Amino acid sequence: MGYTVVTNNVRCRDRYEGEYDVVYNEDWTYLEVLLQVRNLVQDGAKLITHPMAGSLKPNQTPFRSVVVGTYSMEDKEPWEDVMLIENSIDSCQKFLRGRPLPNWPEDIKKDCRTLDLSFIEGAMARAPRCPGTTE
Amino acid sequence: MRLELGKIHIKDVQFGAETKVEAGVLYVNEEAIRKLVLEDERIIGCRVELAHPGESCRITPVKDVLEPRVKVSGGGEIFPGALNKVGQVGSGRTHCLDGACVVTVGKIVGFQEGVIDMSGPAADYCPFSKTQNVCVVIEPKDGLETHDYEQAGRMVGLKVANYLGEFARDLEPDEVVVYETKPLLEQIAEYPDLPKVGYLHMLQSQGLLHDTFYYGVDAKTFIPTLMYPTEIMDGAIVSGNCVAPCDKVTTYHHFHNPVIEDLYKHHGKDLNFVGVILTNENVFLADKERCSDMVAKLAKYIGLDGILITEEGYGNPDTDLMMNCRKVQQAGVDVVLITDEFPGRDGKSLSLADACNEADALASCGNGNVVIHFPPMDRLIGMTDYIEMQIGGWAGCKNDDGSFDAEIQIIIASTIANGFNKLAARGY
Repeated sequence: MGYTVVTNNVRCRDRYEGEYDVVYNEDWTYLEVLLQVRNLVQDGAKLITHPMAGSLKPNQTPFRSVVVGTYSMEDKEPWEDVMLIENSIDSCQKFLRGRPLPNWPEDIKKDCRTLDLSFIEGAMARAPRCPGTTE
Repeated sequence: MRLELGKIHIKDVQFGAETKVEAGVLYVNEEAIRKLVLEDERIIGCRVELAHPGESCRITPVKDVLEPRVKVSGGGEIFPGALNKVGQVGSGRTHCLDGACVVTVGKIVGFQEGVIDMSGPAADYCPFSKTQNVCVVIEPKDGLETHDYEQAGRMVGLKVANYLGEFARDLEPDEVVVYETKPLLEQIAEYPDLPKVGYLHMLQSQGLLHDTFYYGVDAKTFIPTLMYPTEIMDGAIVSGNCVAPCDKVTTYHHFHNPVIEDLYKHHGKDLNFVGVILTNENVFLADKERCSDMVAKLAKYIGLDGILITEEGYGNPDTDLMMNCRKVQQAGVDVVLITDEFPGRDGKSLSLADACNEADALASCGNGNVVIHFPPMDRLIGMTDYIEMQIGGWAGCKNDDGSFDAEIQIIIASTIANGFNKLAARGY
């Protein structure tokens, strides 16, 4: 299907299941989502959305969704995505060292899920539907 | 474009039977504002409160801050395309109630909105501790979807600022400041021996509570474009975001962009301020590639020798910042970056989430991770129920007497990344 959504956000899973591949685990932390994305990038997947979308820092939101794909509209070298995801992981660990993620009540988690989904929806509205093919 | 900005200095704000400005005092008819706000059925509660500099008063959670302005002549209306009809702005005469602000208050989502203290140690970090504030506290109807609430809250700020601005229309300004930028070829010819300098204004555009609008257009959907600097002073750019409070660019800050103000001060003396390029900070990585290419192309195309770049936010926008920096520099245009930093409390970690070799000149607007104490205040506008969850707070940071400790990133505009603050990091 071209795109894979890696997420620990159930709303993102529900939104994209059936449309794209979805790799979902609600028990993953923000950092663990990034580590999953790193595995995929090291296996050749291309980053489609920025791993640190939104201004909520990794010790402020539990939720993270990142889209990768088999084909990118960017003319980029494979190491560029490796650097981007590695920098994001470094930055994530920096914030978590400084202060851990609070145990948010459910209403805050709900807001965090809404924002996370909004970042991905905004991005994917601009992505080609069938990447790498002429529509 | 030539804009005369007529400033009516406001020294005090008071409630009154009718809204008017008299001898530097803004009188506000609370009922008129409530009626205006409650026209939107998505808002079921509205309270107006006034806050003055030096008072023992805390305002939170703050969504946006705006200055009342009105378009007197020259075409178009304030906030074109966002509140009023689409029309070219940036020329003629505009009046503002200088020193007065509209502050929209209310929980939008649990954690993103900030704090304004009108006195005490936190007040020093916030420009809005020094303004006469008309605070509009709103309450949404039950079950209102977050996107709708954000939009409703944004419109409240625009409507009230527009309403109050209207009372400045027929007043004689205390001060008139004239800004002028000519069409490109004329502007370049005017000071042929001075370096041609531009400003790249990166607009937050990542999604819900992270959006900015240019003539009403969602910035994530446009491609980089050129703007006369005076357009921004008529409300061409409206904030729809509630990112970390410390570096949130409020609609007020778009009116008062310090980079544009300072470039005009130097214009014709040691540089030739040619114009502004607008771009976005998108999540879709191909957009970053496309837009940074176009930024570099425009910078070269309009003949710039140098450019100042500001960003809004942290993380994802840092990637745009560095891509813009790298490509513009490689196009032969010198770059200076302006941003704030998140290097941890001790200042020892990396300040930004991205970097590039070309980023060799940067002005810092401060470290958002610094912790300070917020003493109890006699009066509260809004609510502090969410302090522990707001950005910069943490579980257990709040005390029974209402005081709390938090990182200064909880304070509206404390480290704002365009330099509208007094923090700086200096290398010796």
